[in-house]
Amino acid sequence: MTVATSPILSIVTFLPLLGALFIAFLPSNSGGDRNARHTALYTTIFTFAISLLIWINFDPRTADFQFVEEFAWIGPFKYKMGVDGISMLFVILTTFLMPLCILASWESIQTRVKEYMIAFLVLETLMIGVFCALDLMLFYLFFEAGLIPMFLIIGVWGGKRRVYASFKFFLYTLLGSVLMLLAMFAMFNTAGTSDIPTLMQVGPTKFSADMQWWLWVAFFASFAVKMPMWPVHTWLPDAHVEAPTAGSVILAGILLKMGGYGFLRFSLPMFPLASLELAPFVFALSVIAIVYTSLVALAQEDIKKLIAYSSVAHMGFVTMGIFTFGQQGIDGAIFQMLSHGIVSAALFLCVGIIYDRMHTREIAAYGGLADRMPVYAVVLMVFTMANVGLPGTSGFVGEFLTLLGAFKANTWVAFVATTGVILSAAYALYLYRRVVFGQLEKASLKSIQDLTPREIVIMAPLVILTIVFGFYPAFLLDVMAVSVKQLVANFETVTAAADATRAALAAPQ
Amino acid sequence: MIYLAIVFLPLAGALIAGLLGRLIGDRASEIITTGFLIIAAVLSWIVFIQVGFSHETARVPVMRWITSGELEAAWSLRIDTLTAVMLVVVNTVSALVHLYSIGYMHEDNARARFFCYLSLFTFAMLMLVTSDNLVQMFFGWEGVGLASYLLIGFWYHKPEANAAAMKAFIVNRVGDFGFALGIFGVFVAFNSVNFDTIFEAAKGAEGQTFNFLGYQVDILTTLCLLLFMGAMGKSAQFLLHTWLPDAMEGPTPVSALIHAATMVTAGVFMVARLSPLFEHAHVARDVVLYVGTLTALFAATVGLVQNDIKRVVAYSTCSQLGYMFAACGLGAYGAAIFHLFTHAFFKALLFLGSGSVIHAMHHEQDMRNMGGLAPKIRLTYIAMLIGTLALTGVGIPHLIGFAGFHSKDGIIEAAFAGHTLHNGVFWVLTFAAFLTAFYSWRLIFMTFHGKTRAEPDVFKHAHESPLTMLVPLAVLSVGAVASGYVFAGEFIGHHYKEFWANSLYEGPKNHIMHEMHNIPEWVFWAPFIAMASGFALSWVYYIGAPWLPEATARTFRPLYLFLLNKWYFDELYDFLFVRPAMWIGRFLWKRGDGTVIDGTIDGTAASVQWTTGKTVKLQTGYVYHYAFAMLIGVAAILTFFLRSLIMSGGAGQ
Repeated sequence: MTVATSPILSIVTFLPLLGALFIAFLPSNSGGDRNARHTALYTTIFTFAISLLIWINFDPRTADFQFVEEFAWIGPFKYKMGVDGISMLFVILTTFLMPLCILASWESIQTRVKEYMIAFLVLETLMIGVFCALDLMLFYLFFEAGLIPMFLIIGVWGGKRRVYASFKFFLYTLLGSVLMLLAMFAMFNTAGTSDIPTLMQVGPTKFSADMQWWLWVAFFASFAVKMPMWPVHTWLPDAHVEAPTAGSVILAGILLKMGGYGFLRFSLPMFPLASLELAPFVFALSVIAIVYTSLVALAQEDIKKLIAYSSVAHMGFVTMGIFTFGQQGIDGAIFQMLSHGIVSAALFLCVGIIYDRMHTREIAAYGGLADRMPVYAVVLMVFTMANVGLPGTSGFVGEFLTLLGAFKANTWVAFVATTGVILSAAYALYLYRRVVFGQLEKASLKSIQDLTPREIVIMAPLVILTIVFGFYPAFLLDVMAVSVKQLVANFETVTAAADATRAALAAPQ
Repeated sequence: MIYLAIVFLPLAGALIAGLLGRLIGDRASEIITTGFLIIAAVLSWIVFIQVGFSHETARVPVMRWITSGELEAAWSLRIDTLTAVMLVVVNTVSALVHLYSIGYMHEDNARARFFCYLSLFTFAMLMLVTSDNLVQMFFGWEGVGLASYLLIGFWYHKPEANAAAMKAFIVNRVGDFGFALGIFGVFVAFNSVNFDTIFEAAKGAEGQTFNFLGYQVDILTTLCLLLFMGAMGKSAQFLLHTWLPDAMEGPTPVSALIHAATMVTAGVFMVARLSPLFEHAHVARDVVLYVGTLTALFAATVGLVQNDIKRVVAYSTCSQLGYMFAACGLGAYGAAIFHLFTHAFFKALLFLGSGSVIHAMHHEQDMRNMGGLAPKIRLTYIAMLIGTLALTGVGIPHLIGFAGFHSKDGIIEAAFAGHTLHNGVFWVLTFAAFLTAFYSWRLIFMTFHGKTRAEPDVFKHAHESPLTMLVPLAVLSVGAVASGYVFAGEFIGHHYKEFWANSLYEGPKNHIMHEMHNIPEWVFWAPFIAMASGFALSWVYYIGAPWLPEATARTFRPLYLFLLNKWYFDELYDFLFVRPAMWIGRFLWKRGDGTVIDGTIDGTAASVQWTTGKTVKLQTGYVYHYAFAMLIGVAAILTFFLRSLIMSGGAGQ
């Protein structure tokens, strides 16, 4: 059996669950905790290794779904999995970040270690499932169930205000998903199928323009919260601040990408007319997010909050890029999501490193770290620059392409959004200066230690990928090119046809 | 191969010093980076001769970069005369600065890091000047910005250095905002970012319009203005100049390399490189001309009253960059690049000379605490004299002169030939030459002549610099003396067309390079007179009647303060941008996110709070209950969903 015909997606999806089951049967003592850590680490590393087979065997010349598995499931629903150039890399991103999360939690999590590891492994299964699912019902299950472990991770292992934060996180996301559920119901009723590839084909014609509008809005309610887009972003800073480091990494690295992925998988191909009509609305929210949250980031006193706000700004580039409906904009949006998955994850890990030592996230408590932590200073500089979108880092490519796409679509949008490059430099360098530069004067910092070997192991791959993807983004762009091209072409055909129909109707008989 | 070596040797040096610096030590890092740079510099001269005189041009593809739809931006090297000139400038000055830094930084304990940054800067600058498309140029552009940021803030313990580094990066980003938009616009207009393609397309685009920000505007004018905004930031032109004087917080060799000879000239290079666009955008070219002229004047006025030796030189740089832009605006690109070329030598010389003075005075930079140093550091004094002679443009018309005489006077002559604004540009530039002479000689007199004002102890210990610092001064002195005379014929003289070949473009109506030689005799003498009278006045003020400066400052106190405070730009920007940004950020955070958005959400939350009971006192166990409740909720919804789906599915069949 070759990789192409094996159920590799299911294997990758459910391997972590297997690991979680194994951990569940470990005894609850210090030995069990140790074994739980190791089991989780090996499981995630193994999952990552296998997931690489998907990338290796992936054929970037076709826009079709690959590694498809299809079985009858509940009633009319099928268990259907598959990836295309848009979703495949998100699977890899998930499996790649997971071992790093486990390693980052190695020492900082000391209570309920077993449960913690189980929560992460279950979360991994659910997240991979989201990107592989090709059936509405299956997608919905993965998409919504992912809330639960994340909710627990924040609520149980979080900081002082964890209950407020997890509650807010839950409330926001649930409100959105209820609407999405209703929309899915309507879609199934109208199209008679829950098969996502089929819906991508027939959706634009089966759903009338009016219906598309309602469906679009319902999905938007869910995806906009997940992104998060302004003004439904305020759960994110709170969730980040309270979440343990690895929770922040997953939140910023993967969960935020589900909204963008959703737009690409559902809104654009299935409701193209509504997407076109509502694009100005998305543009408006996106550029507001970029400027507004960048300014807010400037005023932050908490390192994690600052990075959280900068995440919202970066996701603004993503939504803007997606709704340009052009190759560059969408390529850029996907690239930006992948890059942000690496860079923001790394930034949160960087915060975690000093938090573990000082137990504070307050910017004012730091200063002059370069003296005692030169390696840390370099690592943080790399990611600060990637966050700022310096060419030569992965952060540049996505920002550049989305803005380029935006300029094609609407010069005002590009104009306002490009101010983000100034503001991001301001808040990021201001943060760096206050934390790393200056005199090391505070007594509490006098004995702070530089990165441990474990931390170097965590950061090294992130540093390398940030730079490699900055200099040779084709590794990623080539994977998505054909799928995005197909998406854009379909979108143009459908919207052009609708225009023609409308013109024919409007023309005097 | 030779091209790849030139560009990538500095990168190799930077990587070795940066990654292995701790392993191999400071000394090895210095030797390796400096050695690599010297090789690169020698190779650059070979290329310069091959390209400039044998007219070889080359494109060296390196690898793919960003491919997305029709967008193709690759890593590749473009070598033509313009690039070759820049290679020589960058690598020569960089090699000398590396060498100089071995002496200058010998007391510092982070030298591997310093040399890593220097070489990294050089690499980024080389990528900029060899780029074959706008995106790679932007890479180099931002890369030098990063290196500049790191080097200005090299002494990161100093709050002023950190502030200056940030300011440099952020102000440059303001310029890059325009540059980026310009690139987007070029791609949208011409469907490419590669130079050859857009240059070809530009010829047919003159007068065409497109929609920008809701207005129907001329394509090329808009694009050129946007791109020029980037140039203004990088080259510290009027309005975006505020970072350059502050950048003097960095170590002096850095100022010589980045803030005099190379990085700040990137804007001029960009306009020259994009001459095929600017030549078809007359409005944009006029803007370049006026901004350049205004900067030349503005910076010279501020330079008159500064007391920090490096800041005087910095404002002088700013002013000279203005000259170069003025030349570009006139269409005399050859003259602009010629001045860029000669300026690199004598301004680097002046900076490194100032560094030698600072080194001798134990890091004293205030000229009010100097004076009478000439006998103490005679070689430095001679070097500074040569630099000043070159900067002020000493020479005899039609005969021979120092470097600046050929290049700067060339620009002034072109300004006359351009007849812009009833010769207003010509007169302003001539007047600025007078100011240049005044502040340059003021620097010499205050530092080296008269009775010393230094602390007796410091003065006693003032010493000449080591050989590693003096050799670069000597080499640059040669350039400051001879680079004008030797190359004038090629850069702006009779051979200029062959020399530049196709690397600079002149529109069909642009004959300025020819006309600048056919001007009345008195015009040749005007800058000479300005230069001589500037020297004379300076002599009177600082040698003849030393009480005069103070008396003048007292009499014209408001004007003096206006100049001393650099036209109050920093205060203005602080008031207009920095404070409001922080204030708005805080307001949006506390009021927007806090009161409005969260207020609404929490209000909604409060109405459903009965589900959680005493929220504040919740223990972790309750979270499980909560999650369990949620699971049941989800299960209930699913059940309902499934049931109705199955029923409707069944009904449909």
